[in-house]
Amino acid sequence: MTLLAGGTDLMVDLNFGRKRPERVVAIDRVPELSHLEGNGHVRMGAGVTYTRMLAEDVGSAALREAARTVGSPQIRNAGTLGGNIATSSPAGDTLPVLAALDAVVVLRSKQGERRVPFAQFMTGPKKNVRRADELVVGAEWDDAGPAQTFMKVGTRNAMVIAIAGLALVVDRPRRRVGVGLGSCGPTILRAPQAEAFAAAIFEAHGWDRHLTPSDAELKEFGRLVATAARPIDDVRGTAAYRRHVLAVMGERALARVWSIT
Amino acid sequence: MRLRLQVNGTEREAEAREHESLLTVLRERLGLWGSKNACEQGECGSCSVLMDGDLVCACLVLAGAAEGRDVRTVEDLAAGEHLHPVQRAFVDAGAVQCGFCTPGFIVATAALLRDNPEPSDAEIREALSGNICRCTGYGKILEAVHRSAAQGYTS
Repeated sequence: MTLLAGGTDLMVDLNFGRKRPERVVAIDRVPELSHLEGNGHVRMGAGVTYTRMLAEDVGSAALREAARTVGSPQIRNAGTLGGNIATSSPAGDTLPVLAALDAVVVLRSKQGERRVPFAQFMTGPKKNVRRADELVVGAEWDDAGPAQTFMKVGTRNAMVIAIAGLALVVDRPRRRVGVGLGSCGPTILRAPQAEAFAAAIFEAHGWDRHLTPSDAELKEFGRLVATAARPIDDVRGTAAYRRHVLAVMGERALARVWSIT
Repeated sequence: MRLRLQVNGTEREAEAREHESLLTVLRERLGLWGSKNACEQGECGSCSVLMDGDLVCACLVLAGAAEGRDVRTVEDLAAGEHLHPVQRAFVDAGAVQCGFCTPGFIVATAALLRDNPEPSDAEIREALSGNICRCTGYGKILEAVHRSAAQGYTS
């Protein structure tokens, strides 16, 4: 059985004859999958479209930035959070954000609910731990505050599959820095050394204070972000270019969120 | 499979084959050739339609999943021989070269102006970013959207 949400991935495979599933079940009009609640702990249903993420502004500034880079209005009206999670492309734009937020993927089957931290969910390109009898019903995370951003490099601003993507979350209340990297490895990667480096600076200066980083600190953060990548050469870009842009994006992302309290 | 849906305000029935898209049903079964078939992967926007009011690519909608939906195609815009203001503006601005992308641009423009009657250049570019003109006639298309907006387009 194949599940159909927004159709932006599956329909391409059907149109090109790459998949011929015997049964397709459309879940795009299941109201139980369209919940979206904020207030400290965010619960986002699998059926929430990118357009809704933008319009309703619940849950994560970085997620909204990521949603805005997805495809075009046509794609954003159709594509969903659950589709992005279940497809598990290394280039899925919401996924670096879920990684940086320490989000939990919520799965449901007849056996009940299973909650999998995003870091353990994806196991390879388009591979994850969802069992055939399970449905991705949504994702949850603790609201990490406003100091977060998403960046993506591609050949244009719209309709582009990321050559590299980066999400940075500075969760001041929980004293935590999260970095999620997309399109630069077989799964979405975290950058633990970069996270620890930035966290140490916040620790030394005070998590609640407005700070101005030194150029050397920003550069070092970018370098550590790039070292976490495991990129390959492919049609969209080379491994060397991906490392280069990750360092640039890391530096710019930290400079962008550093002063947001 | 037998499919029932509202197309341009009329209840329609059509036979849809397995794995067929809404676009194929509109064109091959219902004779609505305005929505164009080009990339079949949601990249070009030439099959743009409104489904339950949302702008989508008909090539990315599984026909079966359109059961019971309200679908509006480019054919819904003109009233007989009377062009819709967005269509009129595209003609007046000369925003049509080979014409293949035009229906998609017109549907996307109508959707934009419904939600945002006075869009800025940047808003127009973002709203039409999913529609590609292979003739690269974007300058005139932008002008056409501004003309439609100035004419006080109403849905």
